[in-house]
Amino acid sequence: MNLRTVWRNAVNAVMLSLTGLCTLVAVSVLFLILGYLLWNGAGSVNWAFFTQLPKPVGEKGGGMANAIVGSGKLLLIACLTGVPIGFMGGVYLSEFGGKTFSFMVRYMTDLLNGVPSIVMGIFAYTMVVLPMKHFSALAGGLALGVMMIPIAVRSTEEFLGTVPMSLREGALALGATRWRAIATVVVPAAIRGILTGVILDIARVAGETAPLLFTAFNNRFWSSGFDQPTASLPVMIYTYAVAPYDDWHRQAWAAGLVLLGLVLVTNIVARVVLARKISIAAG
Amino acid sequence: MGVTMDPLLETSAADKARVEKLPTTPSAGSDVKLRAINLNFYYGKMQALYDISLDIATNRVTALIGPSGCGKSTFLRTMNRMHEMVRHARAEGQILLDNEDALAMEVSELRRRVGMVFQKSNPFPKSIFDNVAYGLRINGLRGKGTLKEAVERSLVRAALWDEIKDKLNKSAYALSGGQQQRLCIARALAIDPEVLLLDEPCSALDPIATAKIEELLFELKNSCTIVIVTHNMQQAARVADSTGFFLLGKLIEFNETGIIFRTPAKKETEDYITGRFG
Repeated sequence: MNLRTVWRNAVNAVMLSLTGLCTLVAVSVLFLILGYLLWNGAGSVNWAFFTQLPKPVGEKGGGMANAIVGSGKLLLIACLTGVPIGFMGGVYLSEFGGKTFSFMVRYMTDLLNGVPSIVMGIFAYTMVVLPMKHFSALAGGLALGVMMIPIAVRSTEEFLGTVPMSLREGALALGATRWRAIATVVVPAAIRGILTGVILDIARVAGETAPLLFTAFNNRFWSSGFDQPTASLPVMIYTYAVAPYDDWHRQAWAAGLVLLGLVLVTNIVARVVLARKISIAAG
Repeated sequence: MGVTMDPLLETSAADKARVEKLPTTPSAGSDVKLRAINLNFYYGKMQALYDISLDIATNRVTALIGPSGCGKSTFLRTMNRMHEMVRHARAEGQILLDNEDALAMEVSELRRRVGMVFQKSNPFPKSIFDNVAYGLRINGLRGKGTLKEAVERSLVRAALWDEIKDKLNKSAYALSGGQQQRLCIARALAIDPEVLLLDEPCSALDPIATAKIEELLFELKNSCTIVIVTHNMQQAARVADSTGFFLLGKLIEFNETGIIFRTPAKKETEDYITGRFG
């Protein structure tokens, strides 16, 4: 073996181990976080955590029932606003948009995706909180909804793009209007991918804290309706984690674990339900 | 005509006898269903069809042959205006369906009357039943009984009913390639089109599935006018009453199939048919 071959093999070995090592780090970070959350939070997750309101400082026990329901309410508003807009926009881009126009819109949704989440909070604060003169679930939900739009647009567009042209032609050749063909053939053919994108989108904004700080704000009690300050798990985690009480720290860990768990459970349930529904349609 | 070990030979023999009985001009003795008059077609600045004038006779099978890129598929797609999906594509001239201007007609109405089957079978990701019922539903037909009846009738017409009557609720993707193509034919037939356009419907099928579809065309032409684009000259000879030869966007020759294949008038046609180019 000459020197050159030795050198090449050495470079090969080094690069191979380096990429392998980085993969290991990437994966282990996830498990590290999961493990750390479990280690610190599992002990504080109990029935009371899901059913009781927060207790005042110094009192043992209590839970975050209001924050769990609050997060649900915020995500509901976010989905009701962000998903239809993003989905319809994606349909337009994929099915009707011209080349230049689509390129511009695509570029702008990418920019919107890159807007720092706290700026979304300021936006919702100006648009909703100031006119209403108080914090509300509505303002927080809208801030999250706007954040959902870009990913909903892009995932809808991307998955519609994978539907073969021949299916559109087939429907049009039977006398369907373009909208009818899209609604009855093209979207159903891509629905699994689109819904997966939406689920990931929900999971992503479920953990957002910054846009909620001055929109939904926080609440230590139940909030009725959608026009009052509302607790949410991420803001609770933030508030409890920066407080100087050990008991609150433990509850913050628990909240983190519950948030992650809820996102995971929604994800898995949605996929199972989807898989079943699709298999009926496509065999 | 049954499925035999060598369907090619079988049918061409039967076909020769049949062809000899036909009148000498393609449209003599029958009405004109579809008529193209001085049709020019452009993709942007590129001209794809030059001055095509062609009469398609009612309840006959008309084949369009020619090398790849000669414009035969473009011509076929212009007849039910599928070309409108393509940006910057435009047709100039006239296409008449029963003497009505097809290019000015409401496009969904035209496509309801002029159905199309594509090169690659394209069943929808739905059940077999829903595939066939699709055209009926978008045209406003409701009611389980009526739909069921119409679906069965279409599947019988497409010679598919006996093979799949027990699995109407199964996915269309569970069918074989040949069955999928016949399902697409059934889907097109469900709305009772007056004309059926077929764009190389057998190019992805094996000889047995091809024979089944050709057999089907013989049945269908009693109730439907058929135009078929094919790369396969034997197929044109087997199934078509009239044949048009396209080359470089021009219709070189159009005549009764027997004449095109035995005594073509133009040198280009003869060269193509005898395999000297193409």
